Amino acid sequence: MPLLSVDGLSVAFPGHAAVREASFSLAAGETLALVGESGCGKSVTAFSVMRLLPPNARVVSGRILLEGADLLALSESEMREVRGAQVSLIQQEPMTSLNPVLSIGLQIAEVIRRHEKLSRKAARARAVELLDLVSIPDAHRRIDDYPHNLSGGMRQRVMIAMAVACRPKLLIADEPTTALDVTTQAQVLDLLDDLRHRLGMAVLLITHDLGVVAQWADRIAVMYAGRIVEQAGIEPFFAAPLHPYSRGLLGARVDVDADEHYSTHRLTEIPGNVGSAAGQAGCSFAPRCPVAQPACRQAVPPLVGLGDERAVACPVTVSSHSSPLLGGEAR
Amino acid sequence: MSVQAEQPVVVPARTDTSGRAASRRRRRLRAFLRNPTFIAGAGILAVFVLLALFAGLLFPGDPQDMVGQPLLWPGQDAEFPLGTDSLGRDVLAQLVYGTRASLLVGVASAAIGLAIGMAVGSLAGFFGGWVDTVLTRLIELFQTTPTFILVIVIVAIAEPSMPMIALAIGLASWPTVARLVRAQFRSLRESDFVMAARSLGYSRLRIIVQEILPNALPPVIVAASVMIANAILTEAGLSFLNMRDPNVVSWGGMIGDGRDQLRTAWFLTALPGATIALAVLSLNLVGDGLNEILNPRTEP
Repeated sequence: MPLLSVDGLSVAFPGHAAVREASFSLAAGETLALVGESGCGKSVTAFSVMRLLPPNARVVSGRILLEGADLLALSESEMREVRGAQVSLIQQEPMTSLNPVLSIGLQIAEVIRRHEKLSRKAARARAVELLDLVSIPDAHRRIDDYPHNLSGGMRQRVMIAMAVACRPKLLIADEPTTALDVTTQAQVLDLLDDLRHRLGMAVLLITHDLGVVAQWADRIAVMYAGRIVEQAGIEPFFAAPLHPYSRGLLGARVDVDADEHYSTHRLTEIPGNVGSAAGQAGCSFAPRCPVAQPACRQAVPPLVGLGDERAVACPVTVSSHSSPLLGGEAR
Repeated sequence: MSVQAEQPVVVPARTDTSGRAASRRRRRLRAFLRNPTFIAGAGILAVFVLLALFAGLLFPGDPQDMVGQPLLWPGQDAEFPLGTDSLGRDVLAQLVYGTRASLLVGVASAAIGLAIGMAVGSLAGFFGGWVDTVLTRLIELFQTTPTFILVIVIVAIAEPSMPMIALAIGLASWPTVARLVRAQFRSLRESDFVMAARSLGYSRLRIIVQEILPNALPPVIVAASVMIANAILTEAGLSFLNMRDPNVVSWGGMIGDGRDQLRTAWFLTALPGATIALAVLSLNLVGDGLNEILNPRTEP
């Protein structure tokens, strides 16, 4: 049984659907990257798992199973026992995610005391250990610092310490490094990866940075306009992305190994924008798709499994995939 | 804020955590001491507080006792430096005892107003929706009623005792705080650290009390000092209109009593009037100073 299994999740805001029929699963200890451009529904998907959607958003259909138990069926107070203890969230903005008037030690200790019966003193000792765990130097001295004493990378480490304080089974990281500079970014992702192995938790990594995905994820799910259009293991995905959108995304990268630079090579781009398909039937990528066929505009293509944990929602790709042309990819 | 964060944070090396906490406290204390407005206000206020505390030691006996010749001018008799009123009561003793009444009423009514205002404001701001609609209407209902008239009505219905007067002023002054707290909560409830708190499984009550409220406090603290000043003024107004506790000396009451001798012994109204002005001024100075100190934009 997978640790987390999201089944046919649809989330709607008044007047528009943010997530449509999204299904994916996450095994214990695994890192799944949820990739897509801004507004494609990846954060909404993540917040649905935490049941922390904005008040005007509504889960229309679907199930979210954590170890077989449907999170959507829990009462609010039962859900509070899950948050922070079994599923944790790391947000984008470390600068504003810590309470500015409380010391970091207190904030970490409070999380522990919220979910476990521990004395103030024991919780504080655990907080020092946690700061140590997330590689904050001089943890016993830093513990009484306030968030404004810390840099962005340090604050994100504190956020991670709070998130893993109660050893959650699943950590949702919503673009955890977008607000950090590149060197700090790598350190924080290394830390997350290290903690994942040491604490045996699964990570749902939400990002739009394919470089991050290639280095730190086990599997990838590509979202486009609220739908998951491709799922694959990392190596097969980067070797041969199947969905035209995935191919476009990878094509739009600068290949440093091939001595490319954005100042010397014009980047390939995907024509049009996400809004192109608004209000149209069929595949929402069809208006921008180089291989679109008339049938694509008729019905929404289902996500078709191709074996080896690989699935793609594109009939054109599926039909050519079964032909020997791409057959070498299917192991 | 983000620009500042990219810079390495220089923290002086200390040997133990208590030393660091102490240095932080010292830094905050220095911020208060650097602010002349705050120092001036707090200095005057401290004198009033000391006078109120030690009134019994400075002037043993009842300040309403007739102790000397009536209508002695200030300086006329060394025993009564600020003179006596038409009944031969010591003006200085009355002023000092009046400090007690004024400060008590001011602090008590501000506390009542703050409690109601923070409760209503935080509930309205945090929950939004129909809770907000109902509570905002309630706030508006109270705010459209003239404060002074409302206080008079409440005191007129009940008996004019000190606790009742404090309660009445508190009941009339909470809408300002409620609106302030509501606005703070509306912006803070969307902040990332509140989302983080929710994602860690904290209950709503805890988020309101421990996460949002401390962050919403600075403007409320500033408002509180002005509320105390307003309460003192309102109490003085009530006493002037003779809606007062007859057994307690108050500055407003002294002005009311001295009104008949306004042309012959004007000091009977001028002295308590100046005292009220000074007390209100000191509280406003404290408020202004706190505003500068607690304003995050003016932090170094």
